[in-house]
Amino acid sequence: MTAAGTHDGALERLKREGRIVVVGASLAGLRAAETMREKGFAGSLTLIGDEPYEPYDRPPLSKQVLLGNAVADHTALPRRRAIDADWRLGVPATGLDMAARRVKLGNGDEVEYDRLLIATGVRARPWPNPEEGALKGVFVLRTRDDAEGLQRALAAGPRRVLVIGAGFTGSEIASACRERGLDVTVAERGDAPLVGALGGVIGAVAAEMHRENGVDLRTGVMVTSLEGDPSGRVRAAHLSDGSTIEAEVVVVSLGAQRNTEWLAGSGLGAGPRGIACDAGCRAFDIRGIVTDDIYVAGDVARSPHALFGYQFLSLEHWGNAVAQADTAAHNMLSESADRRPHLWVPAFWSSQFGVNIKSVGVPPMGTEILITQGSLAERRFAAAYGYQGRLIAAVTFDNCRWLPFYEQQIEATAPFPPEFSTVDRRPDGAKPLPADFPDPSVPTHGPTITLSGYSPADRKMTFTPGR
Amino acid sequence: MRLVVDLNRCQGYAQCAFLAPDVFAMHGDESLLYNPEADPAQREDVLRAVAACPVQAILLEITDEDMANMVTPDAVAGAGSRSGGAR
Ligand SMILES: Cc1cc2nc3c(=O)[nH]c(=O)nc-3n(C[C@H](O)[C@H](O)[C@H](O)COP(=O)(O)OP(=O)(O)OC[C@H]3O[C@@H](n4cnc5c(N)ncnc54)[C@H](O)[C@@H]3O)c2cc1C
Ligand code: SF4
Repeated sequence: MTAAGTHDGALERLKREGRIVVVGASLAGLRAAETMREKGFAGSLTLIGDEPYEPYDRPPLSKQVLLGNAVADHTALPRRRAIDADWRLGVPATGLDMAARRVKLGNGDEVEYDRLLIATGVRARPWPNPEEGALKGVFVLRTRDDAEGLQRALAAGPRRVLVIGAGFTGSEIASACRERGLDVTVAERGDAPLVGALGGVIGAVAAEMHRENGVDLRTGVMVTSLEGDPSGRVRAAHLSDGSTIEAEVVVVSLGAQRNTEWLAGSGLGAGPRGIACDAGCRAFDIRGIVTDDIYVAGDVARSPHALFGYQFLSLEHWGNAVAQADTAAHNMLSESADRRPHLWVPAFWSSQFGVNIKSVGVPPMGTEILITQGSLAERRFAAAYGYQGRLIAAVTFDNCRWLPFYEQQIEATAPFPPEFSTVDRRPDGAKPLPADFPDPSVPTHGPTITLSGYSPADRKMTFTPGR
Repeated sequence: MRLVVDLNRCQGYAQCAFLAPDVFAMHGDESLLYNPEADPAQREDVLRAVAACPVQAILLEITDEDMANMVTPDAVAGAGSRSGGAR
């Protein structure tokens, strides 16, 4: 039976003449819009974005663009098809009236919807002291404009660059600086780069990579303040160990914050951890009840995943934005029985110091790690993460062709330590080591996966009823 | 001519870098760097790269503007559209 036959034809009407509004005109927003049109949505489609640009790709910003191999304003995303949308660019959404089904815009306009998709992503966490953060020469890296400004500053040949935070973005920036022959210092609060995302064993490899490439890496320290000269240019940074670093360019790379403030007071379950949704991308309201007409996708979403104990995962991964957008768009135009869950296995890549780093699964969930192939010393290896006797994630350094294999193993909930043995397993891989993640209750600059659900097995949280 | 490579999917086979070296380049052993806005003059090479990528990781959009700016409209004898340079 067709949907129209079993129901009152509301879905058919929606497809024919409904109004769909997408807030956040970037990767997830664009890909969702394309899927909606592919599924035959013929009604009105509005894309709202606070940046003045059409959707563009962010990963090249910290790689090709900083290396000078591509220009920031040449990163517009290719289209899979024409989407015939009403674009509202350069204007933010500032409010949501769920009852009236209306999005309020910064210019006073209001846009009505039958279905809403929220894909507002995250933004760079700014330097905590606004005056210091406003000094000339201080950058963050999230947008095209950020990248253009930073690339210009690097091209000017500063005497030293300071990168604060050695997550993926910070490490990629440091790598680009070294390739351009610039002196760079990296200050990281944790014990090593990438520890939040990949743990201490891999973090130690990353630290070596920095140092061998001439990065002045300082770990276990915090930058306490930035100092400007009389003209308002940054000149130096003061560190918690009492040292001072003179730098003409400072890049604050302290992770990201979810763009959810505009939803405050709307009644939607949106907060600093993102917007909670069900596995079908439908947003929860603040009472924990799933909405029927509001969907979420991309970096701003947090959704439960069956493979990972139904924990809510917030992913800052390109591939997640694409896959979740596709699922959300499909579900927005489907009867409930035809909806699909977003059960994508987390995966991302990074490229730094000429090394290709890739990961699948949820490394921060792992308690143990085993080098299954290659060796850490050669920086060419595959490592598996284990959690309660299960393979939960894998990471490769210059060994990416093996990753699909690990992905299948994770999907099949294969045992850990893995039973298979490989021809190139070295002494590193003789027995599992503690994966050595920092205490999750201490916030870091940004693991790219955040486990934000309450796991009943884990009695670290207490429920505090409001008054 | 815009393009994006799904680097989750890309396995560093370097086929693209071989067929369209002005647009794609390997960086280290297996990282791929590419120019997301390739010159229209690279169209045939890029089409070959798209077709040759063993994991179909390259998404390409050819805009009307590219068509208008083409130096040699449908030249490059025999390369045709998709199937051209697969091997
Ligand atoms: C420098 C950099 C390098 C990266 N490298 C990698 C990588 O190597 N591998 C990988 O897997 N991922 C990488 N990522 C992450 C990847 O780019 C993101 O996961 C992806 O962009 C998420 O897409 P999104 O559409 O959910 O959010 P975003 O791309 O953040 O887009 C959200 C959009 O919504 C807009 N917006 C926010 N609030 C409002 C509002 N109130 N009204 C209107 N518009 C609003 C924002 O301005 C933005 O344009 C990188 C990110 C950056 C910044
Ligand atoms: S041909 Fe495909 S898999 Fe090979 S490097 Fe290019 S994009 Fe990657």
